[in-house]
Amino acid sequence: MTGVGILLRSHLRRDRWIILWWCLGGVLLYWSQAVSIEGLYATQAEFDQAAAAMDDNAAFIAMAGPARALDTVGGQVAWQATAFGAVVAGLMSMFLIGRHSRAEEESGRDELVRSAAIDRRAPVSAALIVALVANLLLGVLVTLSLLTVRSEDAVLKGLPLPVADSIGIGLGLTACGWVFSGVALVAAQLTQSTRAMYGLAGSVIGVAYGLRAVGDVGNEALSWLSPIGWYQAMHPYSGLRWWPALLMIAAACLTAAAAFAVFGRRDIGSGLLADRPGPAEAGSGLRSGLGLAWRLQRGSVYGWSAGLFLTGLSYGSIGDSVEDLVGDSEFAEAFGAGVTDSLVEGFYAVAIVQLALIACGFAISSTLRPRAEEDAGHSEVLLATGLSRRSWLAGHVLVTVAGTAALLTLGGLGLGIGYAATTGDSGAVLRYLGPVLPYLAPVLVLSAVARLLYGLWPRALVAAWLPLVLAVVVLIFGDVLQLPEWLQALSPFEHLALVPAEDFEVAPVVAVALLATLLSVGGQIAFRRRDIG
Amino acid sequence: MTTETAAPVIQVEGLVKKFGSLRALDGLDLEVAPGEVHGFLGPNGSGKSTTIRVLLGLLRKDAGTVRMLDGDPWRDAARLHRRLAYVPGDVSLWPNLTGGEAIDLLGRLRGGLDNRRRQELLERFELDPTKRGRSYSKGNRQKVALVAALASDVELLLLDEPTSGLDPLMEGVFTEYVDTFRDRGGTVLLSSHILAEVEKLCERVSIIRAGRIVESGTLADLRHLTRTSIDAELAGPPDGLARLAGVHDLDVQGNRVRFDVETDVLDEAIGALHRIGLRTLVSQPPTLEELFLRHYGDVVADVPAEAEHP
Repeated sequence: MTGVGILLRSHLRRDRWIILWWCLGGVLLYWSQAVSIEGLYATQAEFDQAAAAMDDNAAFIAMAGPARALDTVGGQVAWQATAFGAVVAGLMSMFLIGRHSRAEEESGRDELVRSAAIDRRAPVSAALIVALVANLLLGVLVTLSLLTVRSEDAVLKGLPLPVADSIGIGLGLTACGWVFSGVALVAAQLTQSTRAMYGLAGSVIGVAYGLRAVGDVGNEALSWLSPIGWYQAMHPYSGLRWWPALLMIAAACLTAAAAFAVFGRRDIGSGLLADRPGPAEAGSGLRSGLGLAWRLQRGSVYGWSAGLFLTGLSYGSIGDSVEDLVGDSEFAEAFGAGVTDSLVEGFYAVAIVQLALIACGFAISSTLRPRAEEDAGHSEVLLATGLSRRSWLAGHVLVTVAGTAALLTLGGLGLGIGYAATTGDSGAVLRYLGPVLPYLAPVLVLSAVARLLYGLWPRALVAAWLPLVLAVVVLIFGDVLQLPEWLQALSPFEHLALVPAEDFEVAPVVAVALLATLLSVGGQIAFRRRDIG
Repeated sequence: MTTETAAPVIQVEGLVKKFGSLRALDGLDLEVAPGEVHGFLGPNGSGKSTTIRVLLGLLRKDAGTVRMLDGDPWRDAARLHRRLAYVPGDVSLWPNLTGGEAIDLLGRLRGGLDNRRRQELLERFELDPTKRGRSYSKGNRQKVALVAALASDVELLLLDEPTSGLDPLMEGVFTEYVDTFRDRGGTVLLSSHILAEVEKLCERVSIIRAGRIVESGTLADLRHLTRTSIDAELAGPPDGLARLAGVHDLDVQGNRVRFDVETDVLDEAIGALHRIGLRTLVSQPPTLEELFLRHYGDVVADVPAEAEHP
């Protein structure tokens, strides 16, 4: 096919860093499981105890997959990494295919390429090959990384990791990614916009994950409808079998063939499913700066809320088996060190801070949203109407603050509901929701730092993420690295009491909230005085 | 409609705007009277958009005075904006809002739309309001902003190269609506580098170069400063024309003569032709293009290219 080689070389050159980062993320997912389990449990007895606790925890199984050989290192790696690994491979495939097919077509660049002397199918083929190569690389690197885990004097079962199973787990990941590549390629033929394509392909990945979750907990037949289920059915490290890989490769071939068949029947630039027409007139919500800000950010609020709720739920569903899971390892000591006698309360106090740190992701990106509006030239048109700068920005501020509050509330509810469902202690819902809410203050401090930067120095806005990095480093490594006091004090999260492990204190929350308000107001005033654009 | 005593809608004196060391506007003066369509001419990078963005209160001036509609564009921005509509040269729409939603949003934020006119404009511009912003072509994005602006009840239109991307038919529709808007008593500042458009719509023009106005006046005034080209067939050989002051580029072929003549000596030159005896005569008034080239033709190179982008 004329032109595939040229396109492929250019794609791979443009994508080399993107693919590398995706692969690095995937490899880390697998390799870190293997290494961390080795460090987590000092004896096989401890490991057995933890495995027994996980074995019959339905929430864990729904999240990760069927529990098999959890008392071996390999079994743990397969259990904890494969479902998420498959999602990573799926997303990588979707973005690579979307970037080189539908996005190119939508932007019109594809037309320019097609005017050159290349085969009609060359651009689609090149996009597919890029995704296939990237998944192959991901699988190979996962296998290689697992082959490095081979401590000879291991106390835990299943070490060193068997070579055949390590190859199987990597190959399975590649094949699973190939299935999602084929699915993404079909989606790119059906839809008209890149956004809709990501929506369609992303839903397939989500449904594949959901089907196997339901199947693994209940009716096993459902897991067989999911490519992720096929991957896990290879049973790496617990009686490896190869034939499910053939199933995946066949599915990949089928979907790719279907994509090419649809491609052969459609015009360039069109999709099989036409873009649905939207409303010809604006609804009543779209009449103010706030109304527009909500319209622009609501998708992100919904997504993050769902994410935080599920994260809270999965933390909560560990219930009070925390002690069984972490045993008497050093990890447990670090968790409880100097904080509390009760490991459970210490664990949840830290889990709550982690939820708050995740919420910072929304709070900061939501604060950066006005800048994106400004860069796109939207704010210029808006501010040329009767909308004042103050109300335009205030609309976005309100969405950020209310959205963050909603996120934290849902995260806390998830935590409480998960705990209550696992332990049967219904009072836990409010007991765990309460301590989450004060964290609105430090989360909003990080948002307000971003707001101040936006008002004063919009070109340096990337720096708005640095305080979050600092807060994460301080939380995770603060004591381990013995970071200086003043550096730790820079993180607003360090000033709040670790409820439920410690008693709640009002004063620090008020002080931190005041700081957030000051910084945010400062940023908004500065914004009113600067040039737009 | 224009009276000598009416206060100008836009009055700018000695406006300076700097981006770092670059003086994008360097002592700009501009006056737009009520009820006129004022052409604002200049090539890319000469400071047209920067001027309009100062008028909209998006950029802060460094020096000079700026008044618009009895207010200060920076301090009273939102209040003034209810009385004007702005169309940028490159309209960017929200990818997930439909064209109709964007029109209504902008209209409402300006204080309301004339729904009947909105419908009429959609039909005249042949714009489908149910498509999402991301799927509109450049011309259609431009139409969305034009419909939102022209369907609003305002006194002033600030148009920054508003027809870029429109086809000639749609340009015609645009011209028609701007004329109607003026007939209703509205004022327009139309920035453009399309001279034909400006000639068609504007009574007065200001020509900007490197952040300063180099020429301003009615089209008739400006034409006065330039030459009319004459193409004539005479009864005999055209002797003596070359001796006339103010005649340029004389080209004689037998009894046929072609030349450019300064407006001051036009009468004298035609008199000379008449004395020889005229068979045919074609005379062409100076075009805006010539006016423009007079100010730019030689020295385009020293115009700061980045002036429009801070």
